[in-house]
Amino acid sequence: MEADRPLWERFRDPGIARALVARVRVRVARELGGHVSLMEVCGTHTVAISRSGIRAALRDAVTLVSGPGCPVCVTSPEDVDAMVALAESGLTVLTFGDMMRVPGSSTSLEAVRARGGRVRLAYSPMDAVSYAASHPDEQVVFLAVGFETTAPGVALAVAQARELPLANFSIYPAHKLIPPALRALLDQEVGVQGFLLPGHVSTVIGRRALAFLAEEYRLPAVIAGFEPVDILMAIDRITHMLVRGEAEVVNAYPRAVREEGNTLAQRAMWSCFAPADAAWRGLGPIPGSGLGLRDGWEDLDACRRYGVWAQPAGAMRTGCRCGDVLRGLLLPPRCPLFARVCTPAAPQGPCMVSSEGACAAYYRYERGDGDDGPQGAGAAGPR
Amino acid sequence: MTAPKGQVLLAHGDGGLLTHRLISEVFLPQLGNPVLARLEDAAVLELEGCRLAFTTDSFVVRPLFFPGGDIGRLAVCGTVNDLSMVGARPLYLSAGFLLEEGLDLEVLERVVASMCSAAAEAGVRVVAGDTKVVERGSVDGVFINTAGLGVVPPALRMGPETVRAGDRLLVSGPVGEHALAVVLARGDLEIESTIRSDCAPLNGLVGDIMTQCPGALRFMRDPTRGGLATVACEMAVACGLDFYLLEDGIPLTEEAGALCDLLGLDPLYLANEGKFLAVVDRDQADRVLEICRAHPLGAGAALVGEARSGRGQAYLVTALGGTRRLDLPAGAQFPRIC
Amino acid sequence: MCLAVPVRVLTRDGDWGEVESSGTRLRAALHFVPEARPGDWVLVHAGVAIALLDEEEARESLAFLEELSTPHGS
Repeated sequence: MEADRPLWERFRDPGIARALVARVRVRVARELGGHVSLMEVCGTHTVAISRSGIRAALRDAVTLVSGPGCPVCVTSPEDVDAMVALAESGLTVLTFGDMMRVPGSSTSLEAVRARGGRVRLAYSPMDAVSYAASHPDEQVVFLAVGFETTAPGVALAVAQARELPLANFSIYPAHKLIPPALRALLDQEVGVQGFLLPGHVSTVIGRRALAFLAEEYRLPAVIAGFEPVDILMAIDRITHMLVRGEAEVVNAYPRAVREEGNTLAQRAMWSCFAPADAAWRGLGPIPGSGLGLRDGWEDLDACRRYGVWAQPAGAMRTGCRCGDVLRGLLLPPRCPLFARVCTPAAPQGPCMVSSEGACAAYYRYERGDGDDGPQGAGAAGPR
Repeated sequence: MTAPKGQVLLAHGDGGLLTHRLISEVFLPQLGNPVLARLEDAAVLELEGCRLAFTTDSFVVRPLFFPGGDIGRLAVCGTVNDLSMVGARPLYLSAGFLLEEGLDLEVLERVVASMCSAAAEAGVRVVAGDTKVVERGSVDGVFINTAGLGVVPPALRMGPETVRAGDRLLVSGPVGEHALAVVLARGDLEIESTIRSDCAPLNGLVGDIMTQCPGALRFMRDPTRGGLATVACEMAVACGLDFYLLEDGIPLTEEAGALCDLLGLDPLYLANEGKFLAVVDRDQADRVLEICRAHPLGAGAALVGEARSGRGQAYLVTALGGTRRLDLPAGAQFPRIC
Repeated sequence: MCLAVPVRVLTRDGDWGEVESSGTRLRAALHFVPEARPGDWVLVHAGVAIALLDEEEARESLAFLEELSTPHGS
């Protein structure tokens, strides 16, 4: 057992982080023409990069473009509408807190709750199962959102509900898969030179499942953890590969990620889910990028049970250019909807839905100094 | 002015962006006057040669009882603290009860007993009251409104206009504990923790600073809804100066930090009920810190930054040396998975 | 994308266990980390352990990093 502090906390060490910042800045200035553009795929990376001040510390040297990696923000308005319809029909809807403010075409779960709808928060999918077990008079629907990290746990909950058995529990399946989304993104032009890959998705799917980025697309990519040192170490590795003209998928989070991932979690996920086509907010439909309940498990599908289906995407959201923003091809202010139709209070695309999304950050920037503060403020900061 | 559209959301009461909009678009245009427009925790009124502080607050919390406090203690401390933040000595409270038909009398009695002991702790008396009972479902058990009256020392000069560039920022203790204790007490999340609400009356601590170091306190707010980041933004706007907070300096207990990591919450935006953020005269800051640390409610106090000339914005300087702007939250935080 | 934090396994009873991080305790699903024993650290996401943390790997990463942050010649 470790003496006092868990070993993992040393990945927060500001001294090591500052050394990495300096190293990356020097390398980019001397050997990479002064600037590189990278994409962080994962929304939790986006938050960590912003909160820790990495974005500001690397300003001018490294542009970090936020990719499609917030599973909640990419939930399509049509799916949100269906979730809202379930909540409005008198069922009890349990959800991760992230979903509460994600807008459908006209309203959000938070607004439904304000009007008296039964919308409750859950920390874990298993909480939803225990809620259903202790409230047999309510029909309980769990909103199954999340990437490969979350889906295995939902599979456990579904299996638990079947085993008990619970007649009043079902899920709204809206999971998304990362590799098909990355392919869809890369099959068109992208404006970034390397990828920071999601560490926790990778714990489940493994490095191997992401190796195609280098093998097929010749892009350097690094799987990263979530402490500041983890993220900077990954950026350091990507820039190192860029200097040498190498393209590999490197696992820089080996304390948690294995080559083949967590095969038990994968098995659990595939035992009740099968790949399905899914619509991503901002990116549109991507074949095989979602999860539906497998044959034999359909009775746990809230859509079938209550006859509530996501309507096919209408024409109403035309004009949203989040897809291009996500590919690093377009700056948010160039989008025709930006700050006119699309604002943080009435977000249209995922980049505005997430408070850390590219458009939301630009929106703040346009109206003040943005999330990174005034130029040079860091250097002049209080001692 | 066009009438605001839509319906009231819970987020309108979170102290963030929507609350501000409600105040500026609905309340101030109709009820506004120079005293209200200051938007301080309490109004300071000159009445026939006497300076009085006057405030009101309503309390709704689910559950009614949580580790470290309950709605009764909250109702007393919240109003005592609002008075303390303008430098007043809190004296009298009123208490209005909205009771739900069917409420157990035993519950009500516990709430009132708790109010009584909090009032004794703060040295205030409840001198007026009101009771209304409403039909089942119209309120959730008990709602309490309190108003408070205190006296402000005649010579006291405190408020945003007294703040100077170079003044220091002081937080009276670790942040986020009240919100975390309440979230867990709701029982939606099957998580256990040792965290307790920090709910406490701050008049004793503020009084110690005012008597031992007169003139050192320039401007204070208690970071309740919206947390430390929100009051820092509001105070910076009121002063017309930029506030720089050092992330490393902001006190946070290990327990609260771990729970925030688990639930994806930002402790800077979580409610406190027994803390203040104060702007302190630069030259007396160390002395004020000493006084705080000598008081049980200020043992975890820390100097967390400074005010600088600027445009009325708040910034956080991270451990890496990066600076990011703090914004008003778009509603209370929900536990996240991503 | 996916928030997961290191927690220590306190007790294990079949596929379930109690885990802890600085005073925060919760019941977690340990189905996917069959090798985890009390005292081990796992990554938990939404109440489900998704990986056993490998201290040896962490030490190697840190050794490399500490070398990097030590100024040359010292």
